Amino acid sequence: MIWQLASLYLVSSVLFPPPTIVFRKGWLLVRNGVLLEHLAASLQRILAGFVAGSLLGIPIGLAMGSFRSARKLLEPYTEFLRFIPSVAMITVAVIWFGIGEASKIFLIIYTTIFIVILNTAAGVSAIAPNKIRAAQSLGATRGQIFVHVAMPATVPYILTGMRLAMGNSFTTIVAAELIAANDGLGKMLWDGRLFMLVDEIFVSLVTLGLLGFVVDRLFRWSIYTFAGKYSPAT
Amino acid sequence: MPLVSFLDVQKTYRSLQGVDYPAVEHFNVEIEPGEFFCLLGPSGCGKTTVLKMLAGFEAPTAGQILMDGRPVTGASRDRGVVFQGDDSLYGWLTAVENVEFGPRMRHVGKAERRERAMRDLELVGLKGQEQKYPAELSGGMKQRIQIARVLANEPKMLLMDEPFAALDAQTRSLMQMELARIWQATRTTVLFITHDIDEAVTLGKRIGVMRAGPRSQVKGSLDEDSARTEATRWDSSACS
Repeated sequence: MIWQLASLYLVSSVLFPPPTIVFRKGWLLVRNGVLLEHLAASLQRILAGFVAGSLLGIPIGLAMGSFRSARKLLEPYTEFLRFIPSVAMITVAVIWFGIGEASKIFLIIYTTIFIVILNTAAGVSAIAPNKIRAAQSLGATRGQIFVHVAMPATVPYILTGMRLAMGNSFTTIVAAELIAANDGLGKMLWDGRLFMLVDEIFVSLVTLGLLGFVVDRLFRWSIYTFAGKYSPAT
Repeated sequence: MPLVSFLDVQKTYRSLQGVDYPAVEHFNVEIEPGEFFCLLGPSGCGKTTVLKMLAGFEAPTAGQILMDGRPVTGASRDRGVVFQGDDSLYGWLTAVENVEFGPRMRHVGKAERRERAMRDLELVGLKGQEQKYPAELSGGMKQRIQIARVLANEPKMLLMDEPFAALDAQTRSLMQMELARIWQATRTTVLFITHDIDEAVTLGKRIGVMRAGPRSQVKGSLDEDSARTEATRWDSSACS
């Protein structure tokens, strides 16, 4: 409503199209399949990189949280690398992996892995010492304590890390597609800029927002359904 | 032969400034099998230190702790611990799954350990609450889960570190009666730590009194009857 009124009366301009026009354009792009094509391309890259990054990050984070030696060995690298924004790595990724899917997936892994590692490791060190002690005096071995106490106690932290990483993945994929891609929502933005298709830019922006919203809801829903008992707070 | 003997045990902590603090020194106590032994003393006198050393979470700086004539070298299922707060419970497991934890780690069959856990939950008065998660239960109920969890693991003795200190007065006296009943039923050896004189007198068959640290030790132990007289004397001297 605010958007409609503002674009009609406040800044009436081709540079700020009202939602009616944007949605009409969006519907057109859905019908001719262009939007879904871009959407599928971006989503595929995000999911592939996100899943791979999480699967790599969780064990590394668990190891860093549990063993001093692993922490001492790996922490300098993770603390160094996580401050190099994935956006800054785009050029390197394209040089290494080419302009195809591999470079995008690499970037998403890169943007996911450090947040997941950091949160997982923090989760392990936040376990109440009495949980470990109780398990020891109930006769659990070190390995059993790791599997049956440390891992489940860390689940809420891992899921939080993954949720944050999902947000960053969106930033990264758009940036990567802006610079080097043949399809995807970022490419759509770039084309919109090149050909001055302001309505198409807005379609892409709205799609990104909706996609992020839906993915986050799905994430929260799956946390609640599959791991609800691990995090009664959510 | 006593089940547990503390032989001239000493525990020194080093502060961040590098100063040594002797929390416990010349600590000598013997606990007989089947005994309910209360360790009574003011806050910060080193009671919990004593429990941590017997549990095997911390090693004594000097002296020795023997159980069944063998030195205590680490945590073991022989000595089940009931902690003061509820942070030792596993929030991702239901009440009955928490109680089953020890047997499950020993690979006791599912049906057998479930049956045992249900029996212990009933003993602590949690029948009907088996499928609830700790977060859904009250403070008193959570302490009951802890007690059932330790009982289901069949330890040689129970170590209880002010288990009712965080409860309200009414729940506390209820839990004390329940614990006395459970002890009558099981006759497990208990080391019970408290700063509450009434609680020590109500529960303890023998009471070791510690004075405030540093260099804390047991000044002497009292049996049930003389403890009552002493407690009355303390009460009256506190009033005068």
